[in-house]
Amino acid sequence: MKKTKSKVIILLIIAALIAIIPLLTLKGAEFGGSDDAGSKVVSEITGTDYKPWATPVMETWIGGELPGEIESLLFCLQTGIGVGVLAFFMGRFVERTKKENQENKKHER
Amino acid sequence: MNQKERKIIFIAIAFAIIFGVTPVANAMHIMEGYLPLKFCIIWGVICIPFLVAGYLSLKRTLSTNRRSITIVAMSGAFIFVISSLKIPSVTGSCSHMTGTGLGAILFGASSVSILGIIVLIFQAILLAHGGLTSLGANTFSMAIAGPLITYGIYKLCQKLKVNKYVGIFLAASIGDLFTYCVTSIQLALAYPSQSGGIAASAAKFLAVFAPTQLPLAIIEGILTVVIIMGLETYAKSELADIGFLKGGEN
Repeated sequence: MKKTKSKVIILLIIAALIAIIPLLTLKGAEFGGSDDAGSKVVSEITGTDYKPWATPVMETWIGGELPGEIESLLFCLQTGIGVGVLAFFMGRFVERTKKENQENKKHER
Repeated sequence: MNQKERKIIFIAIAFAIIFGVTPVANAMHIMEGYLPLKFCIIWGVICIPFLVAGYLSLKRTLSTNRRSITIVAMSGAFIFVISSLKIPSVTGSCSHMTGTGLGAILFGASSVSILGIIVLIFQAILLAHGGLTSLGANTFSMAIAGPLITYGIYKLCQKLKVNKYVGIFLAASIGDLFTYCVTSIQLALAYPSQSGGIAASAAKFLAVFAPTQLPLAIIEGILTVVIIMGLETYAKSELADIGFLKGGEN
């Protein structure tokens, strides 16, 4: 149990480092999306400026590009929903295990 | 799987073969409107049998054991979180992970297609990320091809008696990378390069995606291992119910 805990912590630190190091070392990089980089390659290969034949639904609804702040809001919303569900169930599991352990101890006595 | 379910899957596969195979034509999130209509439809149709199989497989998991819904919800939530995090990478651009590895390892590849498509629809409608027209292609790469490889590698590692966590790590990260490979191929098929054809075009797209995705794939592998460790510690009975701890077929 203790061993698992330290393993988890080490793994999380490695994961965080992989994400942070490029940010610190590559100064002045743009960090645009690689999904967008894909569209540049499309233009490159077809030789012409590729014109998408459909626009995202949201952009037709609001009649323009989604403002950056709103986009990050929606991304946060997505993360929030996910984390909420994960944390809720994880919390339940942790509490349940605790209770079971306590009961087992009682039986032993 | 009972007779009726078998029949439905069979019909769906037949449907896909009829419509899908015609010209072999066929990206991670391909942008809205970036895939010719023909390709959109073909990929969409190819996804249908997988989605049907996924639906039935999920239903079966839930009907055999009602309690496993918590683990299903958590795998779905994991995809939600992981695929919303844009992480800076060595190439100076950002990308995000797929998160589909966890579900694939726990429930098998087909169930993830349902969880994946929910996330993709959410992102396509609200975030202008991916798109409704390219939904079929995106579903195929992220929710079908990636998980299939993940599941395959996980099972292979189990057979070869590789350490369980190493196996999970490899499965999740290679599955993530493979998702982007499929995306590159899908884009290449739609936009073959004039000089080198499809292969040259695929190499070009891969050159954009692969270096960015490699470190992210490693992170995804690590996170998947961490969450499985957590579940093993606290939710042993649920994992045993879905046949994960026994290493049984599921």
